[in-house]
Amino acid sequence: MNVVVVGAGIVGAAIARKLSMYDLNLIILEKQPEAGWGITKANSGIVHAGYDDPPGTLRASLCSRGNMMYEEMCKQLKVDFKRIGSLVVAFTGDEVKVLHELMRRGELNNVKGLKLLDREEVLSLEPRLNGNVIAALYAETAGITEPWMVAIACVENAVQNGAKFLPNTKVIGFEIVKERIRYVLTDSDKIPADVVINATGMESDLLAKLAGVYHPPLHPRRGQYILIDKNAGNIVNSVIFPTPTEDSKGILVLPTVDGGTLIGPNAEDLSDRERESVSTTLEGLREVLEKASHLVPHLPVNRVIKTFAGLRPETPSKDFYITAETSPWGFVNVGGMRSPGLTAAPAIAEYVVEYLIPEKLHISLTRKKDFNPERRKIPHPADSTPEKWHEMIARDKRWGRIVCACNEVTEMEIREAIRRGARTLDAIKFRTRAMFGKCQGGFCTHRIMKILAEETGQALEDVLKAEAGSWILNGKVRP
Amino acid sequence: MAAALGAAEQGVEVLLVEREDRNGGVLNQCIHNGFGLHYFREELTGPEYAERFMKLIESRNIRTFTGAHVWKLAPFENTAFIVSESGIYDVYFDALVVTTGARERPFGALMIPGDRPAGIFTAGLAQRFVNIENHLPGKRALILGSGDIGLIMARRLTLEGMEVVGVVERLPYPGGLERNVQQCLVDFDIPLYLSHTVTGVEGKGRLERVYISEVDDEFKPVKGTEKVFEVDTLILSVGLIPQTEILKNFVEIDPKTFGFITSNTGRTSLDSVFAAGNDVIIYDLVDYVSTEGYTAGKHAALHALRKVTPSRRIPIIPGENIGVLFPRFYEEQEDLRIYVRVRKPLENVRVVVEPGIYSRKFDRVAPNEMITFTIPSEKIPPSLNRILVEVEKDEG
Ligand SMILES: Cc1cc2nc3c(=O)[nH]c(=O)nc-3n(C[C@H](O)[C@H](O)[C@H](O)COP(=O)(O)OP(=O)(O)OC[C@H]3O[C@@H](n4cnc5c(N)ncnc54)[C@H](O)[C@@H]3O)c2cc1C
Ligand SMILES: Cc1cc2nc3c(=O)[nH]c(=O)nc-3n(C[C@H](O)[C@H](O)[C@H](O)COP(=O)(O)OP(=O)(O)OC[C@H]3O[C@@H](n4cnc5c(N)ncnc54)[C@H](O)[C@@H]3O)c2cc1C
Repeated sequence: MNVVVVGAGIVGAAIARKLSMYDLNLIILEKQPEAGWGITKANSGIVHAGYDDPPGTLRASLCSRGNMMYEEMCKQLKVDFKRIGSLVVAFTGDEVKVLHELMRRGELNNVKGLKLLDREEVLSLEPRLNGNVIAALYAETAGITEPWMVAIACVENAVQNGAKFLPNTKVIGFEIVKERIRYVLTDSDKIPADVVINATGMESDLLAKLAGVYHPPLHPRRGQYILIDKNAGNIVNSVIFPTPTEDSKGILVLPTVDGGTLIGPNAEDLSDRERESVSTTLEGLREVLEKASHLVPHLPVNRVIKTFAGLRPETPSKDFYITAETSPWGFVNVGGMRSPGLTAAPAIAEYVVEYLIPEKLHISLTRKKDFNPERRKIPHPADSTPEKWHEMIARDKRWGRIVCACNEVTEMEIREAIRRGARTLDAIKFRTRAMFGKCQGGFCTHRIMKILAEETGQALEDVLKAEAGSWILNGKVRP
Repeated sequence: MAAALGAAEQGVEVLLVEREDRNGGVLNQCIHNGFGLHYFREELTGPEYAERFMKLIESRNIRTFTGAHVWKLAPFENTAFIVSESGIYDVYFDALVVTTGARERPFGALMIPGDRPAGIFTAGLAQRFVNIENHLPGKRALILGSGDIGLIMARRLTLEGMEVVGVVERLPYPGGLERNVQQCLVDFDIPLYLSHTVTGVEGKGRLERVYISEVDDEFKPVKGTEKVFEVDTLILSVGLIPQTEILKNFVEIDPKTFGFITSNTGRTSLDSVFAAGNDVIIYDLVDYVSTEGYTAGKHAALHALRKVTPSRRIPIIPGENIGVLFPRFYEEQEDLRIYVRVRKPLENVRVVVEPGIYSRKFDRVAPNEMITFTIPSEKIPPSLNRILVEVEKDEG
């Protein structure tokens, strides 16, 4: 059985990892140079508790289930996950009513650990919050993670268990014979397929169309963010939401797993032709700053190190769209992956592999005996003890050469990232956090480029920042 | 290096720790002239200036440890933790001088709207590529920020064959030294857009376009003044930020500039910890950095030798017209060298130190040129509660 997963965002990656537990021929195709560079790269990184999705939707059931699965998954994949809890804060009586409604929804959605807190309780948890807060809904199961790392780790783990990962490979069509998919056509090859998983994020309606399958139309809903350096210290301890409206969860303030603070996202509906429009705007960033400052006054604007934007793939019904098609047989849509797609991903994988494939496509899969769920992460000695670090240096002195001083990333970590497939500066950045700190690469970019050129045998001027065309240097000053 | 020298000359054992493979810091990539006029009374390039100090360091038998990153400091335990390719070391000290310099403010901190393509460099990184790595960062460049590094890079990139279409500065006057504006822009016909800022960047993959606009008094873009430049390179020279994070939980740091707050001996709020150089304030000239580095080293050594007990610290208060002031406290065992940057250009003014300690007239002062002067310690009554530094209109 040939199974092709198209798209290595969190959703495709989680499905691929799940599929790699079974005896089949598994190929993952991704048009970007790395897993996790689509929607999965630019979002809030929250593993939601699951109280705000309307009961009865796919979103609701998969979110709370996904939340329950996260801790173990991240432990196996060695990805940071912190269950820091979340607070939805209310400033008016009307907003308190919404908190009660969320509490009720949460109970219907099977969310544990919800609690209403009064003003004093809230402020003792979060002293920097706007003092006009009158109540909050606390959800102890909410957590944070590093979304692109989850995707990368899932793919690595799937590959460890026999899957094949083809980055820089874009699917451009299908060869369908007698209502069955025979081949997936890519920009470079033709790949035999029985089952195709469409996990293409912002493009899942377009890919479905190529297969002649219905998928509700998507339009991007952009969210912009501002990131504050970890050296500003803890601003909040948990995820802080305003009271949501029907439309959006609002602009939040939350810690990131490595100690920074993220504020955002706003919500702007773009046309369906702007599916790559991840630019930030003056109005957008202003809105983020204003609304976040209402939640948490005196945000240290002089510690901002980065702004960015992400796109939510929105469907008219605002729900996930997950189906197994029979015409052509074997095409599985996993689309409409708005929030909480990151949270739901492991539950979506379970739903697709353990329910849709056997029940709707009537395929019975056989488990591998030797599936290994454990991934080895790239060691980061700065997180360990001085004794351990010393031992590592004794084994290889490159563990003792600091390349990125802001985040204390060693030469060996950079080399290991490259050996695992990182081919561009951004790929190294997202895998190691080098160039991700307060100087944003000002001190270390040249060093990382040299290591990358050396490991890959490229000339320095051929090193790219991210995608094709993102050249950095223009030849030599003098020969 | 100056601090190590100042300390060694008091007869203490000194260890100089540097994470690069070579001492000298930012000097190593500043291959232009203009260093040392004050300190050595000679015009040197950055690497030549650094080399002078390297020779002095060698002649004093100062131990240096390069390729060594100070990972953590535990000032209450008098211990530094160092990572190097030969292992992890805990080094015990009686006194510490922190001279970690400054980093460049990154693009992300400016919150400029638009895409995130390749081709946006801080000036220091571009300088590093051109001067040390022998590579050009692009073909056609716009420079944002008229600090000295930006000005010098405008000239360097032009000389090396890139086209520099302009330098954009949001203030109504340049940020760098007057001599650099003349020698780097005027002499090369590079336009300087004062009271302008970058309002957007565009590019898929590589930078393609930069938008600039005039700004009003609050630095808000003025509608209808937009210009577009087709450039593949944007160089940022938008300020340096003192690197003080390593001691952020231990000593007083200025919450606005992030510089260490020290006295005229370089002492921080902890008696055994000193700091000097660009991690205290951003200096115009390396000569000033060396002078203050030397002083901090000397007093750190005196502290280690327990030759002096720290004297009462008299606070030095900046007046209204003063943007940057060093030092922030006075201790009587050292002369008082004051460094001041005014907030905006002023004419016919008098720089005064109250009560009645110093006064001097200036025809013109501006933020891009630091004012510095020395007051001998005999002139300062030790009983003062505070010292005030101000720049006032000259009535006489
Ligand atoms: C602003 C914002 C905030 C969010 N916050 C949260 C949150 O806090 N918590 C949460 O649970 N969820 C959140 N979400 C939702 C979550 O980020 C998404 O649901 C999730 O990342 C979607 O993952 P995906 O794998 O479906 O899509 P993607 O990550 O976009 O993956 C799809 C992949 O398919 C590839 N691809 C596309 N077309 C092709 C092709 N033709 N051939 C080959 N490859 C192709 C793309 O390159 C991409 O890598 C947020 C979303 C946004 C935008
Ligand atoms: C582009 C440019 C042009 C200039 N032009 C002139 C000029 O024409 N004339 C002039 O007089 N001055 C000029 N200057 C100013 C002058 O060079 C600087 O002010 C001076 O060199 C700063 O010295 P410093 O020791 O404070 O900092 P740096 O030179 O930055 O040194 C700090 C050192 O500390 C090291 N370090 C930091 N943290 C750690 C750690 N945790 N562990 C170990 N080591 C660490 C760094 O690697 C670095 O080597 C220029 C500066 C620049 C950037």
